[in-house]
Amino acid sequence: MSKSSKYLKIFAFTYLIFLYAPTLLLPIFSFNKSQIIAFPLTGFSFQWFEALLYQDALHDALKNSLIVAISSSILATILGTLASRATTRYDFKGKQASLTFILAPLILPEIIVGVSLLIVLIQLGITLNVWSVILGHTLLLTPFSIIIMNSAFNNLDLSLEEASMDLGENQFGTFYRVILPLVLPGIIASLLIGFTLSLDEFIIAFFLTGTDTTLPVYIWAQFRFPKKLPATMALGTILLIVSLLLLSLSEYFRRRSRMLEDSIPNKN
Amino acid sequence: MINQVEVKNVYKNFGDVKAVDGVSLEISQGQFFSLLGPSGCGKTTLLRLIAGFEMPNSGDILIDNKSMDGIAPNLRPTNMVFQNYAIFPHLNVEENVAYGLRKKRLSKDEKLEMINKSLELVGLSGLNNRSSNALSGGQKQRVALARALILKPKVLLLDEPLSALDKKLREQMQSELRHLQRVVGITFILVTHDQEEALTMSDKVAVMFDGKVEQIASPRELYERPSSKRVASFIGTMNFIDAIGSKSGEKIKVENRILGKFELPQNQVSGNHINNKLTLGIRPELISINPRKSKSADFIEGEIEEISYLGETTYYKIICGKDIEPLNVSTQNSFGQMNYKVGEKVKLNIDKDNIVGFSG
Repeated sequence: MSKSSKYLKIFAFTYLIFLYAPTLLLPIFSFNKSQIIAFPLTGFSFQWFEALLYQDALHDALKNSLIVAISSSILATILGTLASRATTRYDFKGKQASLTFILAPLILPEIIVGVSLLIVLIQLGITLNVWSVILGHTLLLTPFSIIIMNSAFNNLDLSLEEASMDLGENQFGTFYRVILPLVLPGIIASLLIGFTLSLDEFIIAFFLTGTDTTLPVYIWAQFRFPKKLPATMALGTILLIVSLLLLSLSEYFRRRSRMLEDSIPNKN
Repeated sequence: MINQVEVKNVYKNFGDVKAVDGVSLEISQGQFFSLLGPSGCGKTTLLRLIAGFEMPNSGDILIDNKSMDGIAPNLRPTNMVFQNYAIFPHLNVEENVAYGLRKKRLSKDEKLEMINKSLELVGLSGLNNRSSNALSGGQKQRVALARALILKPKVLLLDEPLSALDKKLREQMQSELRHLQRVVGITFILVTHDQEEALTMSDKVAVMFDGKVEQIASPRELYERPSSKRVASFIGTMNFIDAIGSKSGEKIKVENRILGKFELPQNQVSGNHINNKLTLGIRPELISINPRKSKSADFIEGEIEEISYLGETTYYKIICGKDIEPLNVSTQNSFGQMNYKVGEKVKLNIDKDNIVGFSG
């Protein structure tokens, strides 16, 4: 092994430790008996997880978060699928410009998006509740959905659609029998990633949540009470595991769609 | 014979590109018809116009005397075999073949019988449940054929269906396709850039250049009596020699320094200005090397420059003087035949009766 590659290994290893070690503290302290977040650990306990069961405010926040995550990921996936289909299959005036506008939330600082949305919604006289958060999250998730769906549609061979038309199906039949099944893994990946991102999202939710607190906003509020810190850590542990599961699942579907399309012979 | 497909003065532009530039042709029922031409000549566009994937800018396409103007591909009595086969990757063989049957009112048993029949027709019996990802190129080709033929189209369109197969399989599929066409009796329209493929399979071939049809003829006519220099050089090998021509009654008098003076029937000379410069076309097999007996006494002296042995035939390049291109000569091989060597001096005799001329 050469010297430089050895250093590279050390660098990569250190990098990973700094990135993930703090996250690992979360599960460690959530199983710790003591209320104080500090080493040495005092003993193994499920009490903080148990405590979660009796917090009504937490349950409301969780319910809100699930409503927001499910609704906004479905809305964003529908919008993203339509936009992606339009940009990958058709040429029209202003295509690049409109695509850039739709993708803008990816690079805009979330705090700017959050504040602007808040001002607009208040000016319009709209009450802040889960629906305003759903709107904000849909705006945020649509670009992700477009990126995922673009890769699904780009790999879809046009001649498959033509073959379906040629064999007697109309546009709707072709969409239902050929296009949809072939991009379905992409749609599932988009839904899962959207759900995960929305569940974790804090800044926009913080501005738009009104009285219907979402889970991240609730967690943030809990940090004011040192007594509740271990239970919050237990909650964080659960969220961490759920997020990892969802992301692995979406990656699985993304790869499956790649595989399906790779099996189409000699695309020219 | 009844015309099944009629293309009437069709134009199709893509931006500034004239893909199909005023094409008219008629295809009779039950014919194996080929559209032959170099890539970019508009043959695929013409096929897609017949299928309905493109609409003409002007002109009309008739199938069974019915105008196809504005009719979508799913409502046309045509089916297509795509160049990359376009097998649905999420469906197995049987589901692919049955794809077009959904809207037909058939019982499950009737459908299965039809599927099995068409799989048998293309030699894929028993592969009903094979995943389409597990098929070889040749098998995909067959599934695409079965999927199209099961719908009993009036016209089957084939877009370079054999170009992705290796040589051996391609030759096998050529004769199978020809056989299949005879069995089902459907009109086939094949697009190909491979002149050999077009000649072996078709009843009639339309040769296209730059969006226009240059000649429509039977394979034999196309080879023996090409109507232009372009067709002649695109199909097979042709020696071109400049000469002077003049009309003399029903014949054309031809004069050339090497070939001497002789006459050609008028139908062997194409073009209008037959009174002056003429290009003669001589197929390699019309030239014989060191013939034992010859009808005419005049020989051409030459020197062998290049020899390519191809098994059944041998190709020679023979230099016959500085002012003409080396002549391509082919001879049928027989076992134990005398071989010539590079650099050897030979005498050539040309069968002048089958020379063709191009003018203008």
